[in-house]
Amino acid sequence: MALLRADHVTHYFGGLCAVSDFNLELEQGELVGIIGPNGAGKTTIFNLITGVYKATEGSIQLNGQELVGKKPNAITQLGIARTFQNIRLFKDLTVLDNVRIAYYNWLEYSTWESLFHIGRYRAQEELYTNKALDLLEYFKLDMFADDLAKNLPYGSQRRLEIARALATGPKLLLLDEPAAGMNPREIEQLMEFILWIRKEFGLTILLIEHQMRLVMGICERLKVLDFGATIAEGLPAEIRAHPKVLEAYLGEGGDQ
Amino acid sequence: MDNHTTTTPNPISKGRALLGRLQQLWDRIANNRKAFPIVLAVGFILSVLVPRFGLVNEYIQLVIIYIGINIILTISLNLINGYMGEFSVGHAGFMAVGAYVSALFTTKIIPDNLGALYFPLVVLAGGVGAALIGLLVSVPSFKTRGDYLAIVTLAFNMIVKSVIENIEAIGGPRGIPGIAKLTTLPWTFFWTVMAILVIRNFVYSNFGRGVQSIREDEIASDLMGVNTNKVKLLAFVLSSFFAGVAGALFAHILQFISPKVFDIIKSTDVLIMVYLGGIGSITGSILGATVYTVLLEVLRPFGMWRMVLMPLMLVLLMIFRPRGIMGMREFRWLIPGFDLYALKYWRAKKEVSNGTPTS
Repeated sequence: MALLRADHVTHYFGGLCAVSDFNLELEQGELVGIIGPNGAGKTTIFNLITGVYKATEGSIQLNGQELVGKKPNAITQLGIARTFQNIRLFKDLTVLDNVRIAYYNWLEYSTWESLFHIGRYRAQEELYTNKALDLLEYFKLDMFADDLAKNLPYGSQRRLEIARALATGPKLLLLDEPAAGMNPREIEQLMEFILWIRKEFGLTILLIEHQMRLVMGICERLKVLDFGATIAEGLPAEIRAHPKVLEAYLGEGGDQ
Repeated sequence: MDNHTTTTPNPISKGRALLGRLQQLWDRIANNRKAFPIVLAVGFILSVLVPRFGLVNEYIQLVIIYIGINIILTISLNLINGYMGEFSVGHAGFMAVGAYVSALFTTKIIPDNLGALYFPLVVLAGGVGAALIGLLVSVPSFKTRGDYLAIVTLAFNMIVKSVIENIEAIGGPRGIPGIAKLTTLPWTFFWTVMAILVIRNFVYSNFGRGVQSIREDEIASDLMGVNTNKVKLLAFVLSSFFAGVAGALFAHILQFISPKVFDIIKSTDVLIMVYLGGIGSITGSILGATVYTVLLEVLRPFGMWRMVLMPLMLVLLMIFRPRGIMGMREFRWLIPGFDLYALKYWRAKKEVSNGTPTS
């Protein structure tokens, strides 16, 4: 059974059709990319999957569980985590707190225990603080633990955003333009990094990207969107030569 | 430093040396976290002894009680305006609920001679009453944010005032006179410490971090799994509970309450103390409330000019220190030890596990 399944998902903003008849099946462990020109509706699809928007029509299921109509935090709890196109860290909080916030649903203590720091409070806090620091070490960010997130260098902020997403304990990770603002060498590193976290955390990854180099390099399958409609899908090599894709990117009659 | 022995010390270097020594002393105090419980114990004993033996005059005792009440108000509002990043301007509304609930208990229900005995419960009742209203106000916060939520809280303050004015059974616009003077220095101290510790504990917990993540980025917070509605509700209930407690203490020291006491001006006072002390800081709230209350008293001889000088000082503060005295910073005593040294503990633990030979 597919891990994520989107059936005939359509979304309107007022009268504007942002996504029309979007279908997707993701198998466990796959790495799939969504590409398309600006404004094609890629980020809208992420927002629909994660519950930021409620799909006008269609259904999205994770392991057979319907996601449409659920709140974002409930969907995160089911095992979907994401990063953002323009980094959205908790800027004025420490790096450690950024990760600890993502453990929100894992900590098991009641409001009363939190108000008086009694019962399970101490043990749980210690456990998850140490887990957060282990995770930061994994991402070579532990030396920044006490710094404010906004003071980190750009590349580290990107890594922290992924670490934070992983702290929620996802099965499916959605990466929204992870290579934005990176130079070719950094993109090489990022490609290795994405493959590495997929293996280490047993993830299924869906990513949006503009950088063809990254998409063609690591994605096993691609979907191409233009004006909210799926215009092509298949293996990277097929997409590269697909006439409709060339048209969307280069205009009619264009060639590579 | 070598010059120090050869040249005669001028006043500037002398001053610097003194400042350096003060800084060292201050660091030693701040690092000595074990002193915190001792300070609390001494404070409590003093709060009992001072009124008992009349160590300071009545007026100063009264000012200290007002400082305590203002600290409770400021900390509880800081939870919403500082830690959650919303802009609530109706804090006096919650205070009014606490004041009226408690005053009704002591004037109408509990016999006069038992008032002092039941006073802690009466204050608690005031807090719970306000917390229930806080629960109601938290509901619009699920949908509205920023300026819009500010309008909601403003409206709430007006509603509370108008409702009280129109209920004759609780005195209407005339208010409730002749409330017993039950707020004592020890009780004020107790509730102030409670407010400080409980809100501190909340802030340094899973829910408190959730509240702060809402201030930073509500959508990201929701997407990281934080149940934003739940933590907003908790923050509003906790904040209004302590506003109600402060209201109850206030009613039983002022001995007369009327709807006029709890208008928007009172809410503004609390707002000023929050921003003077600094948002997102418990230390700041304590300092802001203390400085503001004391300054108002010190400037009393200036009469009407007081209300010109105070705001002028605020303007200067906002220009030179826009985040308030302690904005987003905390005195080390108030940070739970485990949280403060989390990185250190983790490193130490790792060294131990690395040090032991494996396989």
